[in-house]
Amino acid sequence: MAESVERPLPAPVAYLLLVRMWSRSAWQYRASLLLTGLGQILTTSLDLIAILVLYSQVTLIGGFTLPQTLYLYGTTRVAFALSDLVASGVETLADSIRLGTFDLVLIRPVSTLAQVMADQFTPKRFGKLVPAAATLVWALIDLPLHWTPARIAVCVGTIVCGFVLFCAFWVLSGCISFLAVDAREVANTFTYGSEFATEYPLTIFGRPLGLALTFVLPVAFVTWQPALYVLGHPDPFGLPGFLRLASPAVAVVFAALAALAWRACIRRYRSTGS
Amino acid sequence: MRVYLTAARLSLRRHLAYRSSAAAGVATNTVFGFIRTFVLLALWRQKTVINGWDAADACTYSFLTQALIAPMGVFMTGTELGPRIRTGDVAVDLYRPVDFQSWWLALDAGRAVGSGMLRSLPPVLVGALFFPMALPLSPLRWAAFLLCCLVGYLVSFSLRYLISLVAFWTMDERGMAAITFAVGFFCSGMILPLTAMPPRLDSVLQLTPWAAVIQIPASVLFGTQSGGLAYALAFGLAWALLLLGAGRLLTGAARRKVVVQGG
Repeated sequence: MAESVERPLPAPVAYLLLVRMWSRSAWQYRASLLLTGLGQILTTSLDLIAILVLYSQVTLIGGFTLPQTLYLYGTTRVAFALSDLVASGVETLADSIRLGTFDLVLIRPVSTLAQVMADQFTPKRFGKLVPAAATLVWALIDLPLHWTPARIAVCVGTIVCGFVLFCAFWVLSGCISFLAVDAREVANTFTYGSEFATEYPLTIFGRPLGLALTFVLPVAFVTWQPALYVLGHPDPFGLPGFLRLASPAVAVVFAALAALAWRACIRRYRSTGS
Repeated sequence: MRVYLTAARLSLRRHLAYRSSAAAGVATNTVFGFIRTFVLLALWRQKTVINGWDAADACTYSFLTQALIAPMGVFMTGTELGPRIRTGDVAVDLYRPVDFQSWWLALDAGRAVGSGMLRSLPPVLVGALFFPMALPLSPLRWAAFLLCCLVGYLVSFSLRYLISLVAFWTMDERGMAAITFAVGFFCSGMILPLTAMPPRLDSVLQLTPWAAVIQIPASVLFGTQSGGLAYALAFGLAWALLLLGAGRLLTGAARRKVVVQGG
């Protein structure tokens, strides 16, 4: 026991311990947990129905067929659901800053980011993963593609990089809460907004906004650019081909940016006081 | 009656105080309005008219419904009653010498008016800067729209009140809220306008209470509601009365049976 007091827990171990603690707490309200999990499955499925409804009226949206859009939707949703599972505890940050309980986070000898990301973890978030993964499998079966090792690698890489990018968005959205406590809903634009925007072919936003979503906010690197590679689709905006494989680099840069921003926020934090 | 008006007025004043939070909400509602508009335009680019709606109607619909999210409580997060049941604070509410349901209606109405005042105009104005809009000029049409919003609000309140009451039995209303949100968001026409759905799906969805919250007020404003204003009001009021009645019965049951949390 004395040893653990002297040496702080490594962040991943602390994170997993906190996740286990919060899961057990959520498990106390079993009916509510099952219902919220079901709610998450439903929300994701009904979005999918909306896409099917759109395609019941037309064959192409933004120049993409139904299986192609389902691929975009599936990869986006799986990557987002994974990031939601791991990092969406950040959402409660604004409240804990406002109430002053964030001070407690700072005095514990555990990584602040691990504590914040694990905050109020609930297993209900697995619910989002179910229809997302099912859609992706459906798209993969329906797509008339020849699966080369390179394609498979990029497809898996899409989800990994998308996951990292979305996690970076979560952390950055947490940084917004440090700057303006009331801005919680603006932070949502970052996370849920970029998820929503990248579920559809980027072409629907037109060229100026499409380019902004590539070079200003790297939403296009979540699934759009690597998907163009996997689907073997020419870039409708005529951007150079190497961008299709640039997602890992973008993800690393954004993860680093998010980590730096987080450190800066922690260093600058002044308690709200009473 | 005076006590409820006072409660509503004080609740309104409290909600008007959170201006920066409302500004953040407006920004978010507007951004999502843009994304939804682009999705709808992708459809309308290929079919110029769907069920009597052209592209300008679709753009108007996205931003108008984004503006309605906060006042109409489309996210179905329950009322402020839910958390009070969870913490046990509801004990105080239960011995107030007022009608329990009307008391919560008054408080929630204050909230709705407040967020309507702060949050409803900006998304539509910003949307109008970037997209073609088809807002009618006739004041009568707007009066009919507001009337439908009022009825739709009653439906939304009575649903959210029922969700909150669930906490008396399960100790946590969030599960019920999550399910109602998922179903309601789709059925109200927030994901896609009901009028853009396949006719058979549309005709079923038009019968759910959520249709009265978003789709029907919008259709009345555009003048495309089948059956006109009279049908819209009758439909909404029927659901509101039914759901308010259910809320009243459940409130009675909760009062007689339930043990309050806390200590």
